[in-house]
Amino acid sequence: MSGLNFRRLVAVARKEFIHVLRDPRALGIAIVLPMIMLMIFGYALTMDLDRVPLAVWDQSRTPQSRELVSRFEGSRYFSVVARPGSYGEVEDTLARGQTMMALVLPVEFGRRVASGRKVQVQVLTDGSDANTTTLAISYADAIVRNYSQEILVEKARQLTGRPPALPLDLRFRAWFNTDMESRIFIVPGLIAVIMMLIAALLTSLTVAREWETGTMEQLISTPLRGSELILGKLAPYFAIGMVDMLLSVLAGRFLFDVPIRGSLLLLFGVSAVYLVGALSLGILISAKAKTQLLASQFAFVATFLPAFLLSGFMFDIGNMPRALQVVTYLIPARYFVAFLRGLYLKGTGLAQLWPECLLMVAFGALMLLAAVRTFKKRLA
Amino acid sequence: MNAAPGRFAVTLRDLERRFGDFVAVNRISLDVRQGEIFGFLGPNGAGKSTTIRMLCGLLEPSGGQGTVAGLDIRTQREEIKRSIGYMSQKFSLYDDLTVEENIDFFSGIYRVSKEKKAERKTWVLDMAHLQEHRRTLTGLLPGGWKQRLSLGCALLHEPRVLFLDEPTSGVDPLSRRSFWDLIYQLAGEGVTVFVTTHYMEEAEYCDRLGLIYRGELVALGTPGEMKGGLMTDQVLRVSCDRSHEALGVAATVDGVRDAALFGRDIHLMTEDAEALAPRLRQALEAAGFQVGAVERITPSLEDVFVSLIEARDRADGAQKEFKA
Repeated sequence: MSGLNFRRLVAVARKEFIHVLRDPRALGIAIVLPMIMLMIFGYALTMDLDRVPLAVWDQSRTPQSRELVSRFEGSRYFSVVARPGSYGEVEDTLARGQTMMALVLPVEFGRRVASGRKVQVQVLTDGSDANTTTLAISYADAIVRNYSQEILVEKARQLTGRPPALPLDLRFRAWFNTDMESRIFIVPGLIAVIMMLIAALLTSLTVAREWETGTMEQLISTPLRGSELILGKLAPYFAIGMVDMLLSVLAGRFLFDVPIRGSLLLLFGVSAVYLVGALSLGILISAKAKTQLLASQFAFVATFLPAFLLSGFMFDIGNMPRALQVVTYLIPARYFVAFLRGLYLKGTGLAQLWPECLLMVAFGALMLLAAVRTFKKRLA
Repeated sequence: MNAAPGRFAVTLRDLERRFGDFVAVNRISLDVRQGEIFGFLGPNGAGKSTTIRMLCGLLEPSGGQGTVAGLDIRTQREEIKRSIGYMSQKFSLYDDLTVEENIDFFSGIYRVSKEKKAERKTWVLDMAHLQEHRRTLTGLLPGGWKQRLSLGCALLHEPRVLFLDEPTSGVDPLSRRSFWDLIYQLAGEGVTVFVTTHYMEEAEYCDRLGLIYRGELVALGTPGEMKGGLMTDQVLRVSCDRSHEALGVAATVDGVRDAALFGRDIHLMTEDAEALAPRLRQALEAAGFQVGAVERITPSLEDVFVSLIEARDRADGAQKEFKA
């Protein structure tokens, strides 16, 4: 009675392989969609801010004001795209979205700087996107502060005859992502999101389709066991999922130039475990939904959104409200994102990442068990 | 079980299935002998499919007992699945697999032994006349061919009992005929065939029939027994013009229990056909209809079923009134 029959499992796996190979839509989801997502998110989802379009209204027109403007022009973070001559024009460039920020230097700027008196520099920003604005302001702040410091230093030198030593000297060096490029950070997380979505989407259709076409009734009337059906169905999608994983890793390495510092063996081993969990989740959804439309919609909502929003991929979990932080512990993608980032960026292995790995093994095993157990060989 | 399992392929005692408050199958008892072609007849929604699904282990009975091939339908469902073949109402092979791939798949599922695999495949391809189409996608085959392939796949493991749920619905008459030839051939080899249908001419092909209506077994017997003994009413056939309008008039004539259109004729159920005939002709002619022949006929199976079902409806109606 117990145990599963290998021949029946192979029969199911073979049939599923044929289904996938003959269905251009399934192949599209399996191979093309992950690549498209990788391209779109990899290129578009950059959180780096450079070349903020800037409007400059220099009312002073003095060497001092030109010096400050030239520092903005020379910065890779800003690009001066407009030179308005009134507040009306400033407002216009911001409103039309031509610029994101405007620098306004008062008429007395040159005179006051030259005479060593305090002067106000006005920066107007389009605050619609709070994150970007904050970032842009901090860049502007740094430039202005730098200039103002140099003025001080120059003044001190004139008084004492030599440049003063600044009391504090900040020297920083970013580890793991030395160039501080966000794609290095984004691509590994993106792989976790893509794998979750694709895997669940692929399998979410398989069981529901059999219910819809009536073939499930035929299968139930045979000696085929639930475990043989589920494992047989998983087999081809597992193979496809691993191909996707390989493609994503290759694209990350050669297209986005993201180095892999950790062990490849560990990378693919843990991905396989995560994949089994995600595929089983899809099967579970499929077995419950019984129609393809409902199953694919549910799979999308149940996998993509949490993986995208709550895994720490997009938003830092540490900044979330406490209640939401607790929820993230239930999102398996959270652990995979953490694992991938650790492995990719820091080259960490099981020694540091074992809790994440253990939880993913638990997720995989639990989902697989649930998928096999949910499937009842009965019609009603 | 009191019935000897050796002689009977199917035995049912008070089999019952409820879906919530709805009683889909209401205490059905019957026996099907080995090698018999047993026809399960009834209108759509009568409980035919529900019964067959319980026999095949697809649904759990809510009450009663039953055996299939000597195995208990409540406790030995998985064992039953190994010794039966089942063809569901909906076409249930994979359209995107070729004929051969479908056969190989079910061959694997039924664990047909390596030595027998090739032989069984040839048998199915020959039986379904699909030798030249073995590499055709199943979805491209005409309905009748698909049906034969479904049957073949259900027979790969040489089951002793075969369950067919409306196997010929949506299949053209010629294919239907050749499908029944296959069923006869199987029965000749000793396979028990349990088939549901709502085609009357198919009912005539069966060794024995059970009529199910609103979940209850209304009649049980050979087609001959049904036509002879089961019907207390006599049948009067009337041919006249505008039979559709005439039907309304005929139904009101005293002594007519029920009236129904059969092609262009009207069939009337009555206790005494001899007495009714002249009165009926008179009534129709008085209403301005051109009346041709009025004669008593041997009831067809359809007459029998209509009469039995009407009788059941009358009884139910009376019961309801009584309760109210």
